[in-house]
Amino acid sequence: MTATGSPGNPNPNLSKPMLVHHFLRALARVNRAAPKQSHARRSRRIRCAAYASMAAAAGPGRRWSRVLLRRLRSSPSSHRRRISVRVARPPRIATASSRVETLRRLVPGGRSLGYCSLLEETADYVRWLDAQVQLMQSLVDFFSS
Amino acid sequence: MSSRRSTRITEEEISELISKLQSLLPEGRRRGNSRMQASATKLLKETCNYIKSLHREVDDLSDRLSDLMAGMDNDSAQAEIIRSLLRS
Repeated sequence: MTATGSPGNPNPNLSKPMLVHHFLRALARVNRAAPKQSHARRSRRIRCAAYASMAAAAGPGRRWSRVLLRRLRSSPSSHRRRISVRVARPPRIATASSRVETLRRLVPGGRSLGYCSLLEETADYVRWLDAQVQLMQSLVDFFSS
Repeated sequence: MSSRRSTRITEEEISELISKLQSLLPEGRRRGNSRMQASATKLLKETCNYIKSLHREVDDLSDRLSDLMAGMDNDSAQAEIIRSLLRS
């Protein structure tokens, strides 16, 4: 098993150590920055840190991670609302399904992907999201003990 | 970027991706991969719901981490350990 992905399959192996590394660093930054900040603000920063470290650990080989990194770097203070990224839409197979449209909204960068690519991106996104949630749960358990 | 730019998307490719997605969902893991042909619509719905619930969990866990990090402003030994972990 290689640690790096091939062009046709970026990140075949989900790197939990990278996830932990990025997220702990981000948490340390949040902790350092303003120890007396409001709960809401800190919570929001932690939430952004979660998505940012997910994307950083996944690397630029995926549409969703590139989109997240771009969004989170450009305006770190306003991330309650999704920022819609205007991209030129290549011609793609029109699907009437509203389920697909919902999925396009949920997966970062999903709007301009073809159906097949969307499913691939979704699977990757779900794997990483899952790992991120598990990491955060472990940290909560650890800090609570 | 996917380098697999097939102009004809075969049904086989789609059902492969659908099976893969299904195996990632909590329900799909329970059932195992015995159901080869999942209803695409049902699977998309489950996937959307799963992603939404994961997003909610990230929100919730961020809140809880925020609480826990705030509560570390005391002098207990445990707080010091946690602080040093986060300082590195």
